[in-house]
Amino acid sequence: MAVKVIIPTPLRAYAGKQESLEVEAATVGEALSALTRRFGELKKHLYADDGRLRSFVNVYVNDEDIRYLEKDQTHLREGDTISIVPSIAGGRRH
Amino acid sequence: MATKIGIPATPAAAKAAPALSKDEVLRYSRHLIMPEVGMQGQLKLKQAKVLLVGTGGLGAPLGLYLAAAGVGRIGLVDFDTVDYTNLQRQVLFGTSDVGRPKIEAAAGHLRNLNPEIQVDQFETRLTSENALDILRDYDIVVDGTDNFPTRYLVNDACVLLGKPNVYGSIFRFEGQITVFGYPGGPCYRCLYPEPPPPGLVPSCAEGGVLGVLPGIVGTIQAAETLKLIIGVGEALIGRLLLFDALSMTFRALKLRKNPECPVCGEHPVVTKLIDYAEFCGIRGEETPVSDTTTTVPEIAPRELKARLDRGDDLFILDVREPHEYQICNLEGTLIPLGELSRRVNELDSSREIVAHCRSGKRSAEAVEFLRKAGFRKIWNLKGGILAWSDEVDPSVPKY
Repeated sequence: MAVKVIIPTPLRAYAGKQESLEVEAATVGEALSALTRRFGELKKHLYADDGRLRSFVNVYVNDEDIRYLEKDQTHLREGDTISIVPSIAGGRRH
Repeated sequence: MATKIGIPATPAAAKAAPALSKDEVLRYSRHLIMPEVGMQGQLKLKQAKVLLVGTGGLGAPLGLYLAAAGVGRIGLVDFDTVDYTNLQRQVLFGTSDVGRPKIEAAAGHLRNLNPEIQVDQFETRLTSENALDILRDYDIVVDGTDNFPTRYLVNDACVLLGKPNVYGSIFRFEGQITVFGYPGGPCYRCLYPEPPPPGLVPSCAEGGVLGVLPGIVGTIQAAETLKLIIGVGEALIGRLLLFDALSMTFRALKLRKNPECPVCGEHPVVTKLIDYAEFCGIRGEETPVSDTTTTVPEIAPRELKARLDRGDDLFILDVREPHEYQICNLEGTLIPLGELSRRVNELDSSREIVAHCRSGKRSAEAVEFLRKAGFRKIWNLKGGILAWSDEVDPSVPKY
């Protein structure tokens, strides 16, 4: 299944500066794996050391949060859009 | 999702039936001739009390539009002073305000814009100790802050007090807007149970914000606030609006109340305000996130200048981004930190190397990395190009 993944601004630096890209995957987990295989650096920004999605990063299929679907196992349909939505706070320099 | 909105009428609002003066009728006439607002809506605005946390990029358009619209009482919370870097986006302030407390400049501007309203000033940092007392008097809280600890503090305080929290946040070209804390609706912790650890927050190299972005996001927050007060339309309750100024797109995602939310869920474990700096992994405001800056060998700006003047053979390595190099540079060789690992072969480990960035943080990481890679004659320029400007060459611009 070809699906579109929208990369948020803070993570574009780790994804070849792309706003969105297409991957072939049957589930959300597969789509994110395909993404992190292509962009190794992205992995630590998406997953904690225990392999779970980080709690300040949410993943949506179309407009639905995968935490309320079947999480990583959420099935994809041709043309679905996956959005990665990390929390952003504002302008303060850290 | 059609959520019936509106703020609960306070006892004071129920008994007082204020009317608009002749001047106010004239001032608000473009509201009054719209049936969706009308006299009833305008009186609701006049009786409304809204607290703005932060008077920066988001607070500026919020303050301006809420004051102009006739929100009867506007509270402002900020502890900062206006500086030159604010003027690119914080349109409440002018050049003559630089150095003034933001709250004073903002309140003066809003009172001038609309003398009919009351502006309350809280010149303080919002803390776990004062938040409930400050928020308690207001109907709606608007979050225009710029950091995670304050956002979690505002969220928890709003949930504990049962007040809507009109949320907006920005990063570079992108914004997120929603309404948290509305009775029955989700809160910030339903969306993001925890903040990012400080090390993963984008560094200053990737930061920055398009000047107009907080204007767009702040005016959307203002629109939501006005809708909540007047009780019209569908508020962004249970919807997260994402805005991207580069592609110029808006997308709305569903936002659900998490039954297991630690603060607004069925069995809340957070029942009072906590230490939010600790929660966000930050100990002390100025403490660097990693200890790298203090553990790598350093060279002070004046010492570097003296050695360069002596004609010592030093290789200056600038690990900032190309667009930063264009702002100012020390004529060093540019290899951005993110490219260092694959371009390390461009460096000669037999030469003495001084690495620098803007403030010394990224170059400390570079020095640590290169030391691990076997480089021994390498130093970090203490305080970066900012310190160089302060201590050696004031003609180098700071940014």
